[in-house]
Amino acid sequence: MKKRRAAIVGVAESDVGRTPHLTVLSQQALAARAALAEAGLTKDSVDALFTAGAWSWAPTMALAEYLGIQPAYTDGTNIGGSSFEAHAGHAAAAIEAGLIDVALITYGSTQRTSRSRNAPRPAELTAQFELPYGLPMPVGGYALAAMRHMHDYGTTSEDLAQVAVAARQWARLNPRAYYRDPITVEDVVASPMICEPLHKLDCCLVTDGGGAVVIAAEDRWPDVATQPVTILGHGETHTHATISGMPDLTVTGAAQTGPAALRMADVTLADIDVAEIYDSFTITVLLTLESLGFCKPGEGRDFIAGGRIAPGGEFPMNTNGGGLSYTHPGMYGIFLLIEAARQLRGDFAWARQVPAAELALVHGTGGVLSSAATVILGTL
Amino acid sequence: MKPVPDADTKPYWDGIADGELRLQRCEGCGAAVFYPRAVCPHCFGGPLRWFTATGTGRVHSYTVVHRAFGEFAGQTPFTVALVDLDEGVRMMTRIVGASRGSVEIGMRVQLTVEQIGDADLPRFRPQEAPELQK
Ligand SMILES: [Zn+2]
Repeated sequence: MKKRRAAIVGVAESDVGRTPHLTVLSQQALAARAALAEAGLTKDSVDALFTAGAWSWAPTMALAEYLGIQPAYTDGTNIGGSSFEAHAGHAAAAIEAGLIDVALITYGSTQRTSRSRNAPRPAELTAQFELPYGLPMPVGGYALAAMRHMHDYGTTSEDLAQVAVAARQWARLNPRAYYRDPITVEDVVASPMICEPLHKLDCCLVTDGGGAVVIAAEDRWPDVATQPVTILGHGETHTHATISGMPDLTVTGAAQTGPAALRMADVTLADIDVAEIYDSFTITVLLTLESLGFCKPGEGRDFIAGGRIAPGGEFPMNTNGGGLSYTHPGMYGIFLLIEAARQLRGDFAWARQVPAAELALVHGTGGVLSSAATVILGTL
Repeated sequence: MKPVPDADTKPYWDGIADGELRLQRCEGCGAAVFYPRAVCPHCFGGPLRWFTATGTGRVHSYTVVHRAFGEFAGQTPFTVALVDLDEGVRMMTRIVGASRGSVEIGMRVQLTVEQIGDADLPRFRPQEAPELQK
C-alpha cells in the first residue's frame, strides 16, 4: 500500500538576533502566522502542534492557548536542539497513519535578552554527578569529545576551525546572519579559549529567535501556495543524557539515525545535494559527518578540508551560516529544516542557492551529543 | 555546588564523606554500575550490591575550563575529566595535583576526597608509583 506522504509546505523565522520586543510566545506566534501565510493555510487548518522548550512545564499547552488552537495531536518532545527534526518525523508518521492533516512545529527563545543560558540548576538526580565539578554545559561536554577525537585521530584545532570559517563564508551570503565579517583559521584558534580545545569561535552564537514549519498531508498539497518539500525519511535516537554516559565520545547517534532515514527514503549519502548539519560547536559537525558515514571515523578533517563545505565547494553544507554565524537561540534545529526547505524550493539567489538541489539531509544534535535526529527531504 | 543525595545515591555520598568510592555491582550479570540505580541498566535485573572500589582509574578525556559560571567563575583554569575506573565504569571528576599541561588521556589517577565549600567531592590526582600499587 502506498504511504500517505507528508511535506513541508511553509517555513518562517521570527526576528532573530536580539529581540527584546518579543517573548517566547510571540516569537512562535509570529513565525507560525508567517509560515501558514506562506503556505496559504489558515490557523484553523492546523490539527497538530509541536514545540519544545523549558519555558513552561507544558509548552504545547501554553502555546496552543496563546495561538488559539485546540490541537487533535500534541507533542512537546524535548530532546534538545534536534527536537524539531524529531517533530518532523513524528508529524510525518502521524500523517501517514491518517491521524492528522496539517502539523505546525514552532520554536522560540529569548535566551540572549534574558541571559538565561547559564542559569543555575540544583545538583539533583543525575546532575549531582556532573554539576558539582563546574563544567560549563553544553560546551564542556563537546570539549571532552573534541579532546578525545584529537587524541584518537590527530585532529587539530586548525581542522576544527575550518568548520567555523566555512560557516562564516556562508553567513556572508545571508543578510540575516548575526556575524558576517570574514574570519580565518588563525582568527578561530586565536580567539579566547573556553574549554580546551574549544575556542570562542568554535562555539555557536547565543541569540534570540524563533521559527515555524508547517507540514501537510499530500491531500492538502493542491491547496497550498508553495512547492511542497517532501519528507522522504526520518530517524531519531538518544544515546545518553550525561556526557559520562556517552557510549563512545567520538560516535554520535547519527550512526543509527542517518542509515535509518536513508533506508526509509530509499536513497544513499551519494545522492544528497545539500546538507544542513547542526553546528552547535565545530566538533559537532566533524563527529556528525563521520557518524552519518560521509567519511570514516577520524577522516572528518580530510572530508571538510580545502573549502569542500564552503560556498562553491563540492559539499554544500549549512548554507545559512549555521549556528556558528547565522543564529543560535538555544535549540537551533528548526532553522535546519527551514533552510533545507528553502534550498529545495530554490528560493535563493546565486551563490547561496545550491544549483538543482533535489535532495537534502537535515541532521539535528541535542544535549551533550545526546540526541540525534535525521530527516531526508526531497522535491516532488 | 552541593550535590543533592537521594534514595538511590545516599550510600555513594556517605562513602565519599568517609573518603572512599562506593559503587554498585549487579549480582545478576556481574557488571559494575555507576551512577547508582535501583535497577541494573545492563540486564535490567539485580540486586545491586554496594562495594568499595579501588579508587583508581585512567583519564578517558579531559578539558581545561577557562570560562566558568557562578561559584566556579573564580576557579579557572581547572581541569574536568572523565575517568574510567578500574572496575569498568566512567565518571566525571576534577583532576587536581597535576601541573599545568601534564594531564594526558590515558594517565593513571587515584581518588582524593576534597571538601569544597560544604560538600565532600571525589577528585582524582595522578597515581603515585603505579607499578607498586596492587
Ligand atoms: Zn545486571
